[in-house]
Amino acid sequence: MRLTLKVWRQAGPSAKGTFQTYDAPDVSEHMSFLEMLDVVNEGLITSGKEPIAFDHDCREGICGACSLMIDGMPHGGRLGTTTCQLHMRHFHDGQTILIEPFRALAFPVVRDLVVDRGALDRIIAAGGFVTAPTGSAPDGNDIAVPKPSADLAMDAAACIGCGACVAACPNASAILFTGAKVSHLARLPQGQAERDRRVLAMVEMMDEAGFGGCTNFGECERACPKEISVENIARINRDWLRATLSDRGEAAISGGEP
Amino acid sequence: MKLDARIPGGPLEEKWDRHLADLRLVSPANKRKFHVIVVGSGLAGASAAASLAELGYQVSCFCFQDSPRRAHSIAAQGGINASKNYQNDGDSDWRLFYDTIKGGDFRSREGNVYRLAQVSGHIIDQAVAQGVPFAREYGGSLANRSFGGAQVSRTFYARGQTGQQLLLGAYQSLERMIGLGAVKMYSRHEMLELVVVDGKSRGIVARDLVTGEITSFAGHAVVLATGGYGNVFYLSTNAKGCNVTAAFRAYQKGAGFANPCFTQIHPTCIPVSGDYQSKLTLMSESLRNDGRVWVPKAHDDQRKPADIPEAERDYYLERKYPSFGNLSPRDIASRAAKEACDDGRGVGPGARGVYLDFASAIQRVGEETVRERYGNLFEMYERITGENPYQTPMRIYPAVHYTMGGLWVDYNLMSNLPGLHVLGEANFSDHGANRLGASALMQGLADGYFILPYTIGDYLAGTKLEAVDASHAAFREAEQRVTQRLGALLAIDGSRTVDSFHKELGHLLWEKCGMARDRSGLEEALRRIPEIRAEFWKNVKVPGSAPTLNQSLEKAGRVADFLEFAEVMCLDALVREESCGGHFRTEYQTPDGEAMRDDEHFAHAAVWEYAGENQKPIRNVEPLHFDFVKLATRSYK
Amino acid sequence: MNRLLALWQTTVGKKVAMAVSGLALVIFLVSHMISNVLIYVNPQHLDDYGAWLRSLGPLLWIARLGLLAMVVIHIAAAWQLTRRDRTARTIRYSRHELQVATYASRTMRWGGVVVLLFIIFHLLHFTLGVVTPGFQFHPGEVGRNVLEGMQTPWVALFYAIAMLALGAHLWHGVWSTFQTLGLNHPAWNASRKVFAVGLAILVAGGFLSIPLGALLGILHP
Ligand SMILES: Cc1cc2nc3c(=O)[nH]c(=O)nc-3n(C[C@H](O)[C@H](O)[C@H](O)COP(=O)(O)OP(=O)(O)OC[C@H]3O[C@@H](n4cnc5c(N)ncnc54)[C@H](O)[C@@H]3O)c2cc1C
Ligand code: HEM
Ligand code: HEM
Ligand code: SF4
Ligand code: F3S
Ligand code: FES
Repeated sequence: MRLTLKVWRQAGPSAKGTFQTYDAPDVSEHMSFLEMLDVVNEGLITSGKEPIAFDHDCREGICGACSLMIDGMPHGGRLGTTTCQLHMRHFHDGQTILIEPFRALAFPVVRDLVVDRGALDRIIAAGGFVTAPTGSAPDGNDIAVPKPSADLAMDAAACIGCGACVAACPNASAILFTGAKVSHLARLPQGQAERDRRVLAMVEMMDEAGFGGCTNFGECERACPKEISVENIARINRDWLRATLSDRGEAAISGGEP
Repeated sequence: MKLDARIPGGPLEEKWDRHLADLRLVSPANKRKFHVIVVGSGLAGASAAASLAELGYQVSCFCFQDSPRRAHSIAAQGGINASKNYQNDGDSDWRLFYDTIKGGDFRSREGNVYRLAQVSGHIIDQAVAQGVPFAREYGGSLANRSFGGAQVSRTFYARGQTGQQLLLGAYQSLERMIGLGAVKMYSRHEMLELVVVDGKSRGIVARDLVTGEITSFAGHAVVLATGGYGNVFYLSTNAKGCNVTAAFRAYQKGAGFANPCFTQIHPTCIPVSGDYQSKLTLMSESLRNDGRVWVPKAHDDQRKPADIPEAERDYYLERKYPSFGNLSPRDIASRAAKEACDDGRGVGPGARGVYLDFASAIQRVGEETVRERYGNLFEMYERITGENPYQTPMRIYPAVHYTMGGLWVDYNLMSNLPGLHVLGEANFSDHGANRLGASALMQGLADGYFILPYTIGDYLAGTKLEAVDASHAAFREAEQRVTQRLGALLAIDGSRTVDSFHKELGHLLWEKCGMARDRSGLEEALRRIPEIRAEFWKNVKVPGSAPTLNQSLEKAGRVADFLEFAEVMCLDALVREESCGGHFRTEYQTPDGEAMRDDEHFAHAAVWEYAGENQKPIRNVEPLHFDFVKLATRSYK
Repeated sequence: MNRLLALWQTTVGKKVAMAVSGLALVIFLVSHMISNVLIYVNPQHLDDYGAWLRSLGPLLWIARLGLLAMVVIHIAAAWQLTRRDRTARTIRYSRHELQVATYASRTMRWGGVVVLLFIIFHLLHFTLGVVTPGFQFHPGEVGRNVLEGMQTPWVALFYAIAMLALGAHLWHGVWSTFQTLGLNHPAWNASRKVFAVGLAILVAGGFLSIPLGALLGILHP
């Protein structure tokens, strides 16, 4: 099939960007979306132009590197699918596809379709962990973890940190990402000791990074390639309230560690 | 080249403990005076960086992805082994050790592998403490499964995302130390030179992939945890960014490269669908527990699988290997598939595929059970191929998956270059000629959590390290080399893209140095590679400029290194005149097509030494001693 | 960070403040709606209700101040969050397809403004009796005021529109409150939306019936 691509090109973080139109003459329905871009890039390079820059690595839906707003939807808007797993059979001959970077104040554009999602790492650094220095661990079976808790924790832990939730949210809120990590650790006995400090610190960093608030649109859940549920948003809100209103929370906030 | 493996003496099970007792220690007060550079944030790198920082060392950590969490370890699916014997099915350190040594076709060190088994249990404890949501039994205890045809259930797993969950565990510990200011993280940075100052490795030169800035980083020791080089084949199950650059730079600086020809082919991957194909997707090995592998008996049979009657199907694994059948080891299953296709009985586009059929399983246990067991894998398959495996058999074909070869290291995980430590898939250590499923995650984390943190102290405490900073002449030189090299790549301005060269190289290697190798093929490869390399340096086109994000330039650098490394790999394959594990030389097989090892001449690690530009590298050997196991031949008949 | 400040200084905390104030307003509205629909039974009821309210004396003022505080908190939070949410995506998409967001959820902000304008008009209209288009305001004769006040078609129409805006606002708002306060449980998650919609229809519908009744000539002095 033949496609027309309108792609956001931007030379650098401070440069001003524009949409450029490209022709993709023979696209196979078996290609992945990124392979389609590869082919377009090969053409650009041989004709002496600079190829379109985009993030990617694993190309099997797990590393969370690929992004892209495709026709106004993160990862192209197919349920539970990352851009690297999106195949061209879902497009039709003659179609024009609009490709834009994820946009958020906290995700500055680096070049073309590449954005800086480091803010998500900073949220984890603020508290998205269990303090378990190497060597300090008891035997893996010392603490029983009910299967349902383990399964629910795993549901939340499946997040690949792609940022599509932020990209989809009309408020550019990162609360689904943050909520997923908070729920993952709050579900497990190992996560209890730092539960209050964690949620307070992560929410604080989330705000500091410049993400918007959540008004419960629900777009994030729909866009999430791992179908992380908005239940995790209720969860982080509850845990945050609990931590804020409890005296443990008060201590946690004044506590030194980040 | 001096290769002292420094395996401690004494009984196998006491070696590590004795060694620990002998290791020199760095006093807590002094630790913060040492700066350790960790290149890599995968399981090996992240676990090492976090653990070292917890000990009090100053740590700088590098990765080329935009976040340490995206390291290729994230893609591991199946699980991680540990000799916990929670299932009470008779597992033990010894059994895990023996399976690993035997699986590696007796081409790894007894001492290292036994230690790996000994620390394997701690890895699970550590991961659980970090909140890794391993699968659980209803009673709340950890669940296990049997993996890759092992006789005991020792594999721990988190759905089909074990690597992801283990990496997130290590990554979270790393982020914690970053938050505390104990680790300085440099993501989107690519190491392009190793800097050696009077015989010791003292730092790296890295390129900021966003600004293109070339910067030197000086330290007291360098740790490479940069993963495998499977992408030398262009098509592999590895992430697109996986490369040999860091390891190859170290090799050019004098570090030995061991057994480069030991590469692993995974039998169950989704076949190539066209020449635009950019990577191959792994379908977990567990599928072979219920799927039956077959091809049509007739040559280029164009019928739909459903129209081919039982009598006209060849379930070749069941036929050739009655006892293991569809569960035969990776290398055997892979070769068998290749033979079937070479014989013109392959299926699907290009006739490069075989069927993995679940019809009988669905009949036996019902579609629901099959969905429970493999639901997500079936979805992934359908997403990629558009075919529904519940109705029509999957098409699979082998693909490059893992590289056992890597930089040579001693028992302390230090290469022959003092101060250069190598962890994870990047080193050659523990898997010999073939890696067992679920053992790479184990090794990467063992190296990073429980071995390096002790052994690096021994080096730092026992070595006189004079003050060296990034202004030292050696760094200036290295920076210049990097700048020149990048400049050269941009200046060529030829007519072919980087990928076209990478594809050409990959195809050549896949044909001549892939699943089955022979002298003439390898010699041809060794003729062609320099030609391709020469054309690359004459005719490659790298658009754009250096001081900016330039993905073509990144690729070009990596492919240039692959083009040199491929030669060492083929040389190694040529000289090793035996078949063992992943290395199958068609000249050396039993009448019924089994690999034929030559323990008399090749029970050693081949360690290649760089001899300078366009010089044939020198082959050194580290003899392998087997004092505790007796060399047996594998038989899966 | 002081924990009470935290309730105002984080996005999550501000939403909590909004939810709580919103909830208080909802409760007022329920009682207000009930007292209003009694007009069908007998306009006299409203007068008694009003009389009773005034009989409360200072208590009434405390209640009024409380109510006012809620509206102020709610609107202040809404205003600040909205500004923040806007700046969180300074460069907008040239195309952004919303796939699941309800109409109600997208109109919370403007819907709220409409409700605000309504409240102001409404107080001038029936409480203070200073804006009384087309009728003579009789202090104390609450029922009569309503019946006569509603006879002016555009007034009734404005009321009706405001009530629709309110309905939409509650439609999303009440469900949103569950999420914001973390009130979720697998057992009744499904019923949360039903409840929100039901409440919205009940409150807005009850109110709506009055201007509609007037327009349709069912309600008249
Ligand atoms: C699809 C797939 C499935 C697998 N499943 C399993 C399994 O089930 N069980 C199992 O045990 N093993 C499995 N493996 C193997 C296992 O995942 C890997 O061997 C292991 O994760 C390697 O970890 P590592 O830390 O050594 O390297 P990696 O995880 O590859 O990390 C390499 C790091 O080095 C960095 N890096 C590389 N080069 C440079 C450079 N030049 N400059 C700066 N940074 C650099 C990268 O950014 C990255 O952070 C699987 C592998 C694949 C491909
Ligand atoms: C058709 C719908 C409505 C009718 C007929 C109505 C009627 C009235 C009347 C008659 C009064 C005066 C009571 C008295 O002075 O004793 C009143 C007061 C009030 N109404 Fe309404 N109302 C309606 C809808 C609303 C709505 C939707 C809101 C809020 C969003 C609202 C908020 C108020 C407030 C705040 C007061 C002042 C109460 C006090 O005296 O402190 N009303 N309403
Ligand atoms: C009687 C009047 C009102 C009632 C009963 C009411 C009720 C609510 C409720 C229950 C919520 C949900 C809070 C949450 O999401 O947790 C809400 C949200 C909101 N309200 Fe109001 N509100 C009223 C008036 C207003 C006014 C006057 C404005 C603005 C001028 C406004 C603007 C908003 C906004 C912007 C939201 C955010 C949407 C969201 O968070 O989901 N509301 N309101
Ligand atoms: S929650 Fe979903 S969309 Fe958001 S980062 Fe995680 S995986 Fe991506
Ligand atoms: S879309 Fe945005 S508003 Fe909340 S529910 Fe999701 S984060
Ligand atoms: S490239 Fe890794 S998830 Fe898409």
